[in-house]
Amino acid sequence: MPELNIDGRALQVAPGTTVAAALSLAGDGCSRTSVTGQRRAPLCGMGICQECRVNIDGLRRLACQTLCREGMQVETRP
Amino acid sequence: MNQVDLLIIGAGPAGMAAALAAAPSGASIALLDDNPLPGGQIWRDGPNTELAPQARQMRAQLAGWPNIRLHSATKVIALASPHTLLVEDPEQGWLIHYQKLILCTGARELLLPFPGWTLPGVTGAGGLQALIKGGVPVKGERVVIAGSGPLLLASAATANAKGAQVLRVAEQASLKAVAGFAASLWAWPNKALQALQLFDSHYRSASHVIAALGTDRLEGVRIQTGKRVEEIPCDRLACGFGLVPNTELAQALGCHLEKHAIVVDTWQATRLAHHYAAGECTGFGGSELALVEGAIAGHAAVGQPQQAQALWPQRQRWQRFADRLNQAFVLTEKVRNLARPDTLVCRCEDVSHAALAGQTSWTQAKLATRCGMGACQGRICSGATQALFGWEPPAPRPPFSPARIATLLQLDQAD
Repeated sequence: MPELNIDGRALQVAPGTTVAAALSLAGDGCSRTSVTGQRRAPLCGMGICQECRVNIDGLRRLACQTLCREGMQVETRP
Repeated sequence: MNQVDLLIIGAGPAGMAAALAAAPSGASIALLDDNPLPGGQIWRDGPNTELAPQARQMRAQLAGWPNIRLHSATKVIALASPHTLLVEDPEQGWLIHYQKLILCTGARELLLPFPGWTLPGVTGAGGLQALIKGGVPVKGERVVIAGSGPLLLASAATANAKGAQVLRVAEQASLKAVAGFAASLWAWPNKALQALQLFDSHYRSASHVIAALGTDRLEGVRIQTGKRVEEIPCDRLACGFGLVPNTELAQALGCHLEKHAIVVDTWQATRLAHHYAAGECTGFGGSELALVEGAIAGHAAVGQPQQAQALWPQRQRWQRFADRLNQAFVLTEKVRNLARPDTLVCRCEDVSHAALAGQTSWTQAKLATRCGMGACQGRICSGATQALFGWEPPAPRPPFSPARIATLLQLDQAD
């Protein structure tokens, strides 16, 4: 059961859980803020739309194509 | 640099079948996929998934061949030189040189803009299914599913199985079209059975979404069925209007396209020598067609024409099914034009319909509004602007997906 951290909040998830799922489990499911300030959440679920891009350990990654790992630091806000 | 005899892009049903067909020849094979696990969209694995027996079996077979190397979570970034691709995984970027290439890049959902579609809680139809399989909890949530095609019922079944309450499945095609399609299924008994199993009493034809309602997140949906308009309070709206072949890499390589799908001959060969394509990227047809096309491509690529030819009748059978499907779920004018002036069309750069309405082409729109210049590189909004304004989608340019600088520096090593 990996434990990760989303916007400062610790969360334990089942193995194989995507970061996109962890966003829903930890809070409102949102992944980023758009250029005009709207909050957005994963849309296509399959690595195309880029709406689910989050910052993971300092790198921009797609939440829907990334599995949760022990100690991950995920940030959804700029 | 990595050197292989056969490189396969995409590890869905087509890519897996291609690798397994080619493996006994002894060719060295690399199988690339951008998802964490093989299986594509239909056999997506995750904590909320009971994987189909066939998928489990094929995954075990892949692992059993020492000459197949699977690269998961790996994206194609650029063409480095002829027969050489630059690829990237979460750790590193590298070059792969190949003799033969099979494109099994699949399809994505056609997501068309409508008022409120940017609200959190709105996803694609297949999108919701994929997210649920990845562990997104929907237990107790009220879900509305809308758009077009058989994926709507599959998505509804997944949501229901995970404890959601599917309130409505709104199919834009007419009752006549849907009933005609259902009646033709007798020729494919396993499909007829699937349809019966998936049937949902909340299914309505000639029904489409007008708007997603809510301020900070989705609170409900306005739906029109025939002439009747109603509002349904809900927590999620999953809306997809069919599928679009993923052809960016094929286009960049110089493969010929028609109707936005890769053109292939009876050997699944594209018009570019040594380059093949199979599955949804050659036109929507479902997983059965993808499996047989993949196997044909795999055999053909390693010089086994007889084995490939033996599969032609099977392909023809599933191709007829695909043709029926594509006829039944043609999009009506209404759903192509759901956006209002203030509806955002480009979600990356937040460009509204009003800002685009005065433009005359994709290029002009890009220059004037930044439409299509964000992170998705126009993959979502090009389908929308095509439906709304008839603009041809942009030619893809590298990097094909956002990449790290260290990866791009590898291009120096290509000849």
